[in-house]
Amino acid sequence: MELDPDDIFKDDEDDPDSEFYQQRESSKEFVVYLVDASPKMFSSTCPSEDGKEETHFHIAISCIAQSLKTQIINRSYDEVAICFFNTREKKNLQDLNGAFVFNVAEREYLDRPTARLIKDFDGIEESFTKDIGSQYGIVSGSRENSLYNSLWIAQALLRKGSAKTADKRILLFTNEDDPFGSIKGVAKADMTRTTLQRAKDAQDLGISIELLPLSQSDEEFNVSLFYSDLIGLEGDELAQFMPSAGQKLQDMKDQLRKRMFTKRIVRRITLSIANGLSIELNTYALIRPTLPGAITWLDSVTNRPLKTERSFICADTGALMQEPAKRYQPYKNDSIMLSVEELSEIKRVSTGHLHLLGFKPLSCLKDYHNLRPSTFIFPSDKEVIGSTCIFIALLRSMVNLKRFAVAFYGSSSRPQLVALVAQDEIISAGGQVEPPGMHMIYLPYSDDVRHVEEIHSDTNAGAPRAADDHIKKAAALIKRIDLKDFSVFQFANPGLQRHYAVLQALALDEDDIPEINDETLPDEEGMARPGVVKAVEEFKLSVYGENYDEESDMGNGKASDASKKRKTAAENAAKESASYNWPDLADNGQLKDLTVTELKYYLTAHNLPVTGKKEVLISRILTHLGK
Amino acid sequence: MARNKEGLVLLLDVGPTMYSVLPEIKKVCSMLIQKKLIYGKFDEVGVVVFGTQETDNELTKEVGGYEHVVVLRNIKVVDGDLVDAFQELPRGNFDGDYLDAIVVGMDMLIKKYQATNKGKKRLCLITNALCPIKDSCEGTKEDQVNTIAAQMSAHGMKMESVIVRGRLCGGGDQRIMAENDRLLNLFSEKTSARAVYVESPTALLGAVKTRNISPVTIFRGDLELGSKMKIKVWVYKKTSEEKFPTLKKYSDKAPPSDRFATHEVKVDYEYKSVEDPNKVVPPEQRIKGYRYGPQVVPISSAEWDAVKFKPEKSVKLLGFTDASNIMRHYYMKDVNVFIPEPGNARAALAVSALARAMKEMNKVAILRCVWRQGQGSVVVGVLTPNISEKDSTPDSFYFNVLPFAEDVREFQFPSFSSFPASWQPNEQQQEAADNLVKMLDLAPSAKQEALLPDFTPNPVLERFYRHLELKSKHPDAAVPPLDETLKTITEADPDLLSEKKDVIDAFYNSFELKENPRLKKSSKRLLEKKPSGSDEDCQDTTNALAVKPVKVEKIGDSSPVQDFEAMMSRRDSPDWVSKAIQDMKNKIYSLVENSYDGGNHGKALECLLALRKGCILEQEPKQFNDFLHHLFNVSQEKKLRNFCESLIPRGLTLISKSEAIDSEVTDDEARNFLVKKELKFE
Repeated sequence: MELDPDDIFKDDEDDPDSEFYQQRESSKEFVVYLVDASPKMFSSTCPSEDGKEETHFHIAISCIAQSLKTQIINRSYDEVAICFFNTREKKNLQDLNGAFVFNVAEREYLDRPTARLIKDFDGIEESFTKDIGSQYGIVSGSRENSLYNSLWIAQALLRKGSAKTADKRILLFTNEDDPFGSIKGVAKADMTRTTLQRAKDAQDLGISIELLPLSQSDEEFNVSLFYSDLIGLEGDELAQFMPSAGQKLQDMKDQLRKRMFTKRIVRRITLSIANGLSIELNTYALIRPTLPGAITWLDSVTNRPLKTERSFICADTGALMQEPAKRYQPYKNDSIMLSVEELSEIKRVSTGHLHLLGFKPLSCLKDYHNLRPSTFIFPSDKEVIGSTCIFIALLRSMVNLKRFAVAFYGSSSRPQLVALVAQDEIISAGGQVEPPGMHMIYLPYSDDVRHVEEIHSDTNAGAPRAADDHIKKAAALIKRIDLKDFSVFQFANPGLQRHYAVLQALALDEDDIPEINDETLPDEEGMARPGVVKAVEEFKLSVYGENYDEESDMGNGKASDASKKRKTAAENAAKESASYNWPDLADNGQLKDLTVTELKYYLTAHNLPVTGKKEVLISRILTHLGK
Repeated sequence: MARNKEGLVLLLDVGPTMYSVLPEIKKVCSMLIQKKLIYGKFDEVGVVVFGTQETDNELTKEVGGYEHVVVLRNIKVVDGDLVDAFQELPRGNFDGDYLDAIVVGMDMLIKKYQATNKGKKRLCLITNALCPIKDSCEGTKEDQVNTIAAQMSAHGMKMESVIVRGRLCGGGDQRIMAENDRLLNLFSEKTSARAVYVESPTALLGAVKTRNISPVTIFRGDLELGSKMKIKVWVYKKTSEEKFPTLKKYSDKAPPSDRFATHEVKVDYEYKSVEDPNKVVPPEQRIKGYRYGPQVVPISSAEWDAVKFKPEKSVKLLGFTDASNIMRHYYMKDVNVFIPEPGNARAALAVSALARAMKEMNKVAILRCVWRQGQGSVVVGVLTPNISEKDSTPDSFYFNVLPFAEDVREFQFPSFSSFPASWQPNEQQQEAADNLVKMLDLAPSAKQEALLPDFTPNPVLERFYRHLELKSKHPDAAVPPLDETLKTITEADPDLLSEKKDVIDAFYNSFELKENPRLKKSSKRLLEKKPSGSDEDCQDTTNALAVKPVKVEKIGDSSPVQDFEAMMSRRDSPDWVSKAIQDMKNKIYSLVENSYDGGNHGKALECLLALRKGCILEQEPKQFNDFLHHLFNVSQEKKLRNFCESLIPRGLTLISKSEAIDSEVTDDEARNFLVKKELKFE
């Protein structure tokens, strides 16, 4: 396969901060929340976590509010609309009765969530009765059908955007399992039929309708009365629906604030095996440190965005210039000039692809052979048919023989050796845990590895080694503090979660910043269990002996030497410093007549920094004297 | 500035058995000096060669002996001449005595620095240690080594020995080699010396440390096992990427006559309002804005500092877990090493006990670390045991950072089992792959592991420094090709390939690769330039089985009838029906019109049938009837009689009132339509 020159210079690391990628997210989600606002939603309650009774309406509202706050950080390009039905007032484009689309200024009905929307929605419960009002929309004797109307409104809102690029959903919150229960006879059948037809039409347009039923404590929501037909449940699904719906509600509230990334191929590369045999691969970034979102510089006076302009100025002439094409490196009293092209030529030691060099047993891959997050590799048959077959064969052999491949990855930024570690697919009840493929691990070069263990070797005595008894005690301790089902990514980053919480509080003018739960702290309770405490004590006794005080036994390390030295120096300086009349010297301008060493006496004695030139020292003394 | 200067003496064996590796020694020594010229301009280097015919060193003048050892260069600040000096490395014809050379080197360092420069004095010995050292009159060889090692320790000297072995040095006397190995290892035990063995030229280039860094701790303090027990540890970096040097920008604006020109370029940043480019905002008037949905929220750094996450400095144990719970690919960053506080024997004992127990039980520890006070984040990582092989070095731990929940992107990939059978390797193919993985072995038991990261030099940096040296002599020099020795890093070793030719050929013949014929070169390019579509692209390739129903938006050539039906049944807009009918009419018209020999008539008739059916279903009889009239008139004009005739047997006539209530055509009229027209033709 020939090389593509563009490919070599393509940026191969994705930049998690780059907004460029965010805006191009190919799949957006459009969601319309339909919330039943009938009096029943206000009168029925169920107990909340802290024991208080909460109305169903409140549950639905807080669930949506939570979800919006998460969404604005995770996928802020998704669009939402909130529509109440069974309302007194009406507000919608179709001017239908009993339905009210909630919105704020500077926003279309279906649009990206804004801070204003979230803030106003947070306060909706107070103003609801006044501004929107609750009222049954389906009563016998009238042909109004608020459920039908709201579905119609939702469907009309979701007409925006094509179904190809957007995922369209209606989320329906209600506690009325039989909306047409109050109607009798033909009218009921007719309304049921038209409503179901409306729902089916929406589904035909690619809109999925999800029901989030709210049950009362004494009476479970009966899906089969009406809604199973509306959302198209059959057989087994029907039985499983209620438990899963409860879970769904909880999930919506507990979602982690986590920026979502769409699956994107970082690069398409080839792996050349031997004899000109090359297979086609795609690389993906499955694990990358997530940073708080990109910052935009603003003018603090106007809060308007700023742009940065860079200009190059010649230091010799002061002339403005274009970005220079030459670089230089001082070397042997001279400046060696190198052009940008030369530099990229130097870095091009290989093509921008993977070259297989051979295989090694997994035990050769040490824990310190790591520099950066790994990259995931998955085969592709798009351009070279047969690639996947070879890839699968190699992967299976590598897994079975417990070997990894060593390859050279000639990326333009840093060509380096990589280890390709085969990973079999792992599936658990929840779905795919580990996708099948290979992980590319970036290996260090010899000068990247440091032999720091050896710098503190004690050549006279030899290093202390644990005896069997010590090891036995340590093993007992390890057994005690065992994290059974530890999973690598079970912790949320407390720094990042705090960042999001602060951002939300400031954006929404909230008074206090919600406390975030630092999951990374050790389990104090577990550590205080008598069994654990005992194991720790025994281990401690075994290796430290009795009456051991960690603080006092500093050993004869460098740190204590240095600190002793510092202490004596300070004492000495204080003594010396006392023999000068500093304020006098300062007033008469005689400080400059003293030597730097003398000046430093004062500084050291008063615990001030002693760095800088003589003038700096003098001015520091003057400042300290308050002159 | 010169506080950190290093004093180094290179001890190079140039005896006859070393000839084959001298080119590599030249390269690695030049590189070492070149790096010093940039990063350690004040470092001082001396060079001693041994195994030469001549003898030239101070010791031989003072006390006699020490023959065949030549001080090529006394300890001096590094300069360009030194780089050149390696180009003319003498070739000796005597068996060198490395112990003599070590003593000469030590003597030079002692005379030059006396007691100063402790810990910054280094000897670097490169030899194959094939030749025996001389017996001494005072005690055994071991005693000699012990004495020398004690002296080294007393003066704070370090020694690095690179011993060239394997296929690089040919055969040698096993007994002598064993003795030398033992003696050199004695140095490692008795003083801060390190001996490494290399078996390939590449490894030789990588074995000599050309980068000199004084390690700095990133943490000193307690490793807390709960509130009751603490172990004093120091944390260093174990790996850290050596970066490509950042070069300065060059300005050519200064006149050539200006001899004092710095040629530097200053980069100036200005901040301008996006709306009003003439308004410049001073840097201190800027404030950081963070995105919150479509808005940007301004937050000053002071505000942030007041509210941001501020964990306490600490390193806490969260617990232990099975090593298999932590997969290798979750390691996030460069690696740290936890060593027990130097000089603290109890800490060393505690670390040793834990490390050894973890190793035995195959467990790892999970830690939460905040390295510095005031740091705004925590790190969760995994501690793995590192059992020391050297008696004098304490046991330690490696520490790797693990990802947080936010850092893991849960992309789904298809299972291999969901792929078509043609993508699954058969038994014979699997066997070929097994053989390849087994035989293309970089770590055979008999030989040293090839491409061990610890011995693999960075080819790009090697090339850069070589080019720099070339340019310093010939400013117009072109970038040199990659060094031959280093090619084994970037490409598979040709020796290995030819040795395992049959396995590779068998693998090659077991599989078939071909370019996808459906993809034209142009479309390939298109796809590559369109990363936004990559999501779907990869769906095509990886999940060929799942064909998504596509929404039809126009009537195509291949299956007009199906397209028409699909469009008619689309309900997302009422416009689709009229568009479908209009499109279908155009299609039929063009089919009829462009058919000279009647070849398209069959297709046109099918389309007409579908249109008729659709118009009845959608209650649009007038649309069809008008079109049929029009079609007849056109056919008549163009003498397409046979097309009209073919309508009769298929019942293609006007839509009558009984079929669609809106039609103005009666059943009779409809039935007679074609007959009437026929008459007209006659």
